[in-house]
Amino acid sequence: MAQLSEAVVREVVKEILAQMGNGSAPASAAPAVSNGDSVADLTIREVGVAKPGTASDEVVIALAPAFGDKLKKRTITGIPHTAVLRELMAGIEEEGMKPRIIRVWHTSDVAFVGKRGAELSGSGISIAIQSRGTTVIHQRDLFPLQNIELFPQAPVLTLETYRNIGRNAARYAKGDSPAPVPQISDQMARPKYQAIAAVYHIRETEFVDSSKKPMDLEVRFN
Amino acid sequence: MAKRQKRFEVLDAREVNKDGFVTEWPEVGLIAMGSPNDPQPSVKVANGMIVEMDGKKREEFDFNELFIANYAINTAVAEQMMAIPCVEIARKIVDINVPRAEVAKIFSGLTPAKIAAVMDELNVVEMMMGIQKMRARRTPGNQAHVTNMQDNPVLMAADAAEATYYGFDEIETTVAVFNYGPMNALALLVGGQIGRPGALSQDALEESIELQLGLRGLTAYAETVSVYGTEKVFIDGDDTPWSKGFLASAYASRGLKMRFTSGTGSEVQMAYAEGKSMLYLEIKCVMITKGAGVQGLQNGSISCIGVPGGVPGGIRAVLAENLVTTCLDLEVASGNDQTFSHSPFRRTARLMGQFLPGTDFIFSGYSAVPNYDNVFAGSNFDSDDYDDFLILQRDLKVDGGLRPVREAEIIELRHKAAKAIQAVFAELGLPAITDEEVEAATYAHGSNDMPARDKVQDTKAAQEMLKRGVTGVDVVKALAKRGFPEVAEAVLNIQKQRVSGDYLHTSAILDKDFNVVAAINDLNDYQGPGTGYRLQGERWEQLANIRHAMSPEDI
Repeated sequence: MAQLSEAVVREVVKEILAQMGNGSAPASAAPAVSNGDSVADLTIREVGVAKPGTASDEVVIALAPAFGDKLKKRTITGIPHTAVLRELMAGIEEEGMKPRIIRVWHTSDVAFVGKRGAELSGSGISIAIQSRGTTVIHQRDLFPLQNIELFPQAPVLTLETYRNIGRNAARYAKGDSPAPVPQISDQMARPKYQAIAAVYHIRETEFVDSSKKPMDLEVRFN
Repeated sequence: MAKRQKRFEVLDAREVNKDGFVTEWPEVGLIAMGSPNDPQPSVKVANGMIVEMDGKKREEFDFNELFIANYAINTAVAEQMMAIPCVEIARKIVDINVPRAEVAKIFSGLTPAKIAAVMDELNVVEMMMGIQKMRARRTPGNQAHVTNMQDNPVLMAADAAEATYYGFDEIETTVAVFNYGPMNALALLVGGQIGRPGALSQDALEESIELQLGLRGLTAYAETVSVYGTEKVFIDGDDTPWSKGFLASAYASRGLKMRFTSGTGSEVQMAYAEGKSMLYLEIKCVMITKGAGVQGLQNGSISCIGVPGGVPGGIRAVLAENLVTTCLDLEVASGNDQTFSHSPFRRTARLMGQFLPGTDFIFSGYSAVPNYDNVFAGSNFDSDDYDDFLILQRDLKVDGGLRPVREAEIIELRHKAAKAIQAVFAELGLPAITDEEVEAATYAHGSNDMPARDKVQDTKAAQEMLKRGVTGVDVVKALAKRGFPEVAEAVLNIQKQRVSGDYLHTSAILDKDFNVVAAINDLNDYQGPGTGYRLQGERWEQLANIRHAMSPEDI
């Protein structure tokens, strides 16, 4: 019986993935099943060079060069970037703080994206996110390769995790010391995702423009 | 969804199909060997200086190439050795009539592109033949990871004792929480000497702390000094070949053994492989190690194994990087140290390249704890695989460095290690270890079986160890005072190594009487059947004597 039900589940997962326009994805991309958003409902517009913020209730979400409107617009497990961004923003807002979304162009390294975002953030706190889903909470006064919280294993991050990341970032911005967001460590994420993660990172890095300054973004969920 | 063919449904559900595979993408370096962008081999020497290498003029060298040209190639023989056709060099590697020293001499004059081209002439069986002949130490060895998710010092001491009793020559730990560094080093040192005196221990940490622990005698060697094959990746880590060489010198100046770490896939993982093949870039890392005067290297992709593992021919390239290390006359700690595949077949096949020929350290390391406790994110084999490994040794009559052990011996040993670390903690004023913890560590499978400790107190105490300047000598005194004289002596003997410095020789390990066994006094002299290391006599009897074999008297 157990085998039968697993087969049924796999079938359902594939159907849903197919409906999401991702039918060619292997069954291993299954975690995306719970994320119903389509990838098409996000519009991103650059509204000018990002200046250092002055509002202390501001938490910057710094997007790596390809996040949101390039490539497949999904994380490594197939979660639409739209849904990820919604959760990060909702988490921040839940704590009474204001998300400000910028794009960092000169690097695709999540640590450096986060450091730049934090420098521009009114509160000094930023969340940086790469296309594959790798995320960090950064703070203005830290070295680039330091961090407040790092989420290095994109394959284990769920929408709930992203909500919590938004929430925690807002709490740090308010001066609280929240408990770190709970993380799962999956030993088998390496054999499953490492090569694919490398491809993601390379493709994102192709969008790096080393001469372009970080830009403020206007984000519309359609 | 189209109607599925049932066999394909079964195939799709197999473990191997949980692994991630990608197609080659040579333009960005997602290719194991032989990228169309790899340079053609060439060399020009003028006045004892390399003025052209692999199609580039000296003025165009990046800093890796400059370092290699200046320090890693013997200019006196370079033009002569580069003139030998690749296939001929490849044949000399395999030919049992060509001694190791001759191959090493040829390699001393080769450029990175030439070495890459030579490797491409070899299939995996030939590469294994090569490693059998070219590894520096005649006697093969092995290394273990000893970590746990709770940084529990009692468990760590017991696990270290068990690991060295199985036969690991080196044991390596790291931390789940950064501030535990000194305490983990202490637990590993004490436990390791109880399982088998002479085992070397290390603690993989941020570089300056790692060096400090070595200087204080809480570790016996270091390995986590990474080098990279492209300038951009080096710069991202705020480093250069010179800064790594400087760090290596700091260890050498205090008589501490150390090796570098590198591996295929790291550059492409960081998206800066410049379109070059993984192996070509890794060969540069091996040569940087050579140029820095470091005696050995940990490679075999290491933490990036999923990248070469995901492309065609990747595991062959990983074997080739080990072979190149031996051909350049360096110690090799040959990988197999990270979760690599969901498939037990792939895991075992990946191991064979190093296991069958034998290397200085076949794993770097084998997880001597269950993988859930492996803070290096899991290894290719773990403590639950011990009997599989021991039986592989027995089936194939191969010495993989481990020996069968008995449950009663392990219980006694783990208990002793836990008691010893309890005593040392008391004597050094570290947070108390209870008898309940000693009992739990003796019988534990992993940290899930341990009572929780006060982590705030432990990390505070670990940091105070640094401030108070606790050294290996304090550990010796504590052990002697608390009734562990033979353990005290073993820890003291470890301290003495850095005074004599003999274990700085290539591929050095210590036997149980603290004699150095290295490429100086145990040089690999393999030249075909009847030569080199042979598993026989008492050692073979020991390896054959597994726990569950029935004898006629049992029936």
